[in-house]
Amino acid sequence: MALLEITNLTVEFATAHGSLRAVDQVSLSLDAGDIVAIVGESGSGKSVAMLALMGLLPWTATITADRMSFDGKDLLTMNPKQRRAIIGKDISMIFQEPMTSLNPCFNVEYQISEVLAQHFGGKRRSYKPRVIELLKKVGIPAPETRLKAYPHQLSGGMSQRVMIAMMIACEPKLLIADEPTTALDVTIQAQILELLVELQKANGMALVLITHDMAVVAETADRVVVQYAGQQVEQRSVIELFNNPRHPYTEALLSALPEYAKEKTLNAIPGVVPGQLDRPVGCLFNPRCEYAQDLCRQQPPQKSEGVLCHYPLPLKVASNSHSEVTL
Amino acid sequence: MSTQALIEARGLHKYYTIKTGMFEPNQSLQALSGASFDLHAGQTLAVVGESGCGKSTLARLLTMIEQPTAGQLTLDGIDVGIANQKEVAKKLRQTIQMVFQDPFGSLNPRQKVGDILQEPLIINTDLNANQRRDRVLELMRRVGLLDEHIHRYPHMFSGGQRQRIAIARALILKPKIVVLDEPVSALDVSIQAQVLNLLIELQQELGLAYVFISHDLSVVRHIADQVLVMYLGKPVEQGISEAVFNNPQHPYTQALLSATPQANTDRKRKRIRLTGELPSPLSPPTGCSFHPRCQNAVAQCKTTAPVMAQYGDVSVACLLVK
Repeated sequence: MALLEITNLTVEFATAHGSLRAVDQVSLSLDAGDIVAIVGESGSGKSVAMLALMGLLPWTATITADRMSFDGKDLLTMNPKQRRAIIGKDISMIFQEPMTSLNPCFNVEYQISEVLAQHFGGKRRSYKPRVIELLKKVGIPAPETRLKAYPHQLSGGMSQRVMIAMMIACEPKLLIADEPTTALDVTIQAQILELLVELQKANGMALVLITHDMAVVAETADRVVVQYAGQQVEQRSVIELFNNPRHPYTEALLSALPEYAKEKTLNAIPGVVPGQLDRPVGCLFNPRCEYAQDLCRQQPPQKSEGVLCHYPLPLKVASNSHSEVTL
Repeated sequence: MSTQALIEARGLHKYYTIKTGMFEPNQSLQALSGASFDLHAGQTLAVVGESGCGKSTLARLLTMIEQPTAGQLTLDGIDVGIANQKEVAKKLRQTIQMVFQDPFGSLNPRQKVGDILQEPLIINTDLNANQRRDRVLELMRRVGLLDEHIHRYPHMFSGGQRQRIAIARALILKPKIVVLDEPVSALDVSIQAQVLNLLIELQQELGLAYVFISHDLSVVRHIADQVLVMYLGKPVEQGISEAVFNNPQHPYTQALLSATPQANTDRKRKRIRLTGELPSPLSPPTGCSFHPRCQNAVAQCKTTAPVMAQYGDVSVACLLVK
């Protein structure tokens, strides 16, 4: 049985202008040891879907799903107390801004041991050796000297390591990393990504990586979900997706990368992700799609072969496709 | 090139004095030591490095927000050091403009787009209201904004559009040089491509010189003509973009390049692991400042500081590069 199963998750926000559908019929199934990346532009509902899973959305959000279960337990019918026993212990989440997600008023030891005391009981102080061990695990040099450090005394990379230490403290089965490296330098980004994959392998946990950086996806994930305006438009293995994108949006995202540019002008996707008031009729991507036809402007597409498109791009022959992509 | 360079920087240094306490001696922080380059019209110089390497200090010196501690800076043929006279400095500031990283922080939320864009004109020119409005509209159209946007506030725009406003503001005084401080790093890939295309078009049309500060090497590789790699305030490698990217000489450049993820599913690529983080610029390591993180470091690196030396198309500051 899958570790995490989400079927047709929809999140709607009540706003002054009526209801806003931020996540639209998203499904995701994860096994232990999987690395799945969710990619898309900002405003495509990547984070909201995961926050819904964590139960961290404000009261204005209405969450509906056919099924949302984790490790055999139904998350939809669970009461808040039962949910709190799972969140932070079996499912944990790393946020984008390490500097703002740590509490500036407490030191590193306090913040990490708090998680442990909360979920396993006992005195916070008794977890000191475990905190040192965790800090060592995430690659902080001389952890004993860092215990009393406050977040403002740490660099961005160090804070992110502390966040990761906090999140893996209870050895979660599922770790959600929401843009974990966007705020960091490339050299530190490489270190953090390597660390996440290392921990994922060692503990056999499942990892969900939310990002908009296609290059990060290519180097870390096994499976990719491409999300656009709240909808999943394509879901495949990373090698298939990069060698042969089937949805026009995936193809456009890939060809917007400077690495793929064959000339000085980049293949930008015109326009922006539609908001609440300018949602187009038919396929949501049609105003920005270069292949859009009349049908796309009238009817929303149905999912076929894992692609949400009326006219998916053709399947390439497997043998010669690889050479084209590895430029 | 026969024409005169728009920017001539010779050995630019910037030290900050840090007060450590009432009875302690003041410490000096070397934010930038010894940056030299020439930049011609229509060319792009990219400055790359980790945060804290002195990229932004260089930008502050170039835009005359701060004066260099030592070294000579000539902008458009005028020496900035002797341009203390207000008149000259004011004229000079119009030739160099800047676009900042965060389009959410760099635009005044209480001003309408039209006011944001005409403020430089009010301060620096004696155009009347109609002329200013024409100039603003002309530029808004050029960067891909609509006429009706002139009465809107910044919060009504997306990140990409705000960055277009910031670019329009930088160009309104018809500068010759634009300093771009991480102009696309806060944007999504697809929007990043739109903004980069706009920058490239504007450069070709107006013959602008760009100083492009970035840590995203795939973007730099795409846009830059020359690259300046900095580490802890010191230039470590400098040269024509193609040469630096195809054959990086300095171990730091090599590490930076290998740390940059590539949109390529072939994962057997060997990665140079850079351990640790940038040391504090208050107590830089002896000798070569990169030696504690360098995989090739030998005993000599700890004692002797390397100097920039020219090798073909690039200059490198490393003892081991022959």
